[in-house]
Amino acid sequence: MKYEDKVEADKEVCNFADELGELDETLKDFRLSVQAWSEAAYNRPRSSEIVVARNQIWRPAVGWALGCVLIAGGVSAEIYSHHREQMKVVAARAVEQQRLAAIESSLRARQEDEDLLAKVDSDVSREVPSAMEPLAQMMAADETQ
Amino acid sequence: MAAGTALDMTTMATAEEIAAEEFSAVVTNHRPRIFRFLLSSTRDVDMAETLTQECFLKAHRNWASFRGESSAMTWLMRIAINLQKDHWRSRRIQFWRQTQSHALDLSEVSQWLPSGERSAEQRMLAQERVGQVGKVIERLSERQRTIFLLRYVDEMELSEIARATGLNEGTVKAHLSRALARVRAELGAKR
Repeated sequence: MKYEDKVEADKEVCNFADELGELDETLKDFRLSVQAWSEAAYNRPRSSEIVVARNQIWRPAVGWALGCVLIAGGVSAEIYSHHREQMKVVAARAVEQQRLAAIESSLRARQEDEDLLAKVDSDVSREVPSAMEPLAQMMAADETQ
Repeated sequence: MAAGTALDMTTMATAEEIAAEEFSAVVTNHRPRIFRFLLSSTRDVDMAETLTQECFLKAHRNWASFRGESSAMTWLMRIAINLQKDHWRSRRIQFWRQTQSHALDLSEVSQWLPSGERSAEQRMLAQERVGQVGKVIERLSERQRTIFLLRYVDEMELSEIARATGLNEGTVKAHLSRALARVRAELGAKR
């Protein structure tokens, strides 16, 4: 479309067609300015080098930070795991000691019972006469007569 | 049967190659213009570059569905307009608004005015008027600004603008008329 045709077309759009001619020069200048700006921006050297440079600075720092966090996390996890193992061993030992103590006390109680029974046997049972002893004595007296 | 399959595969490969070549030509021909529209809309070089890339990425993904009902330029411009709209409306825009210091004041575009065959005084006056146009455009509604830029920077036909924006031609005319009236009023008042 020719430039003049475009102006004519825009005159149809506006209700101030007679003034569009004056405005058109300014709009044309505006277009030329934007085109020049756009062309310069489009063909400008890209900022990839700056990005790379920034990345070169930040990447190792981020890498180190991430590495430190991972190491700290790993060590913490290891310490925690070790601590838990220790706690488990201590708990197992305590349970074992309790079990041994219980066995020992039950053995001791049984021994005491046995001792008591033995004492009863030796001390008390012998003082009581046998149930058949008077009859046996009478039988022995008859035989002597 | 096997020969037929091999032939089909060869045909498909050829069709893909042709499509890739076509798309490559479209990128080469239209990329600067799409960039220009996005730059004048956003006034931010980095943002315009990002959106231009997104536009062509989207176009590449949908290239097979492009039926040629409109010109490739109109189709691409429609994608660019939608991207620009989405971008401004999305959450990301909050970030861009905060960093709008990157965006050039559109009135500053006057410094790019080619000197041509004007005297220093004429050039200064012309720059001043271009700067005023830039200021007015910044204050237009998003739709009016888009239509104005498509018409006066990209020199698109009204019918093309209607297709690219998805509006009917009458609405485009009305928006353009209002935008022009504002520019005229502003320039007239400052005279």
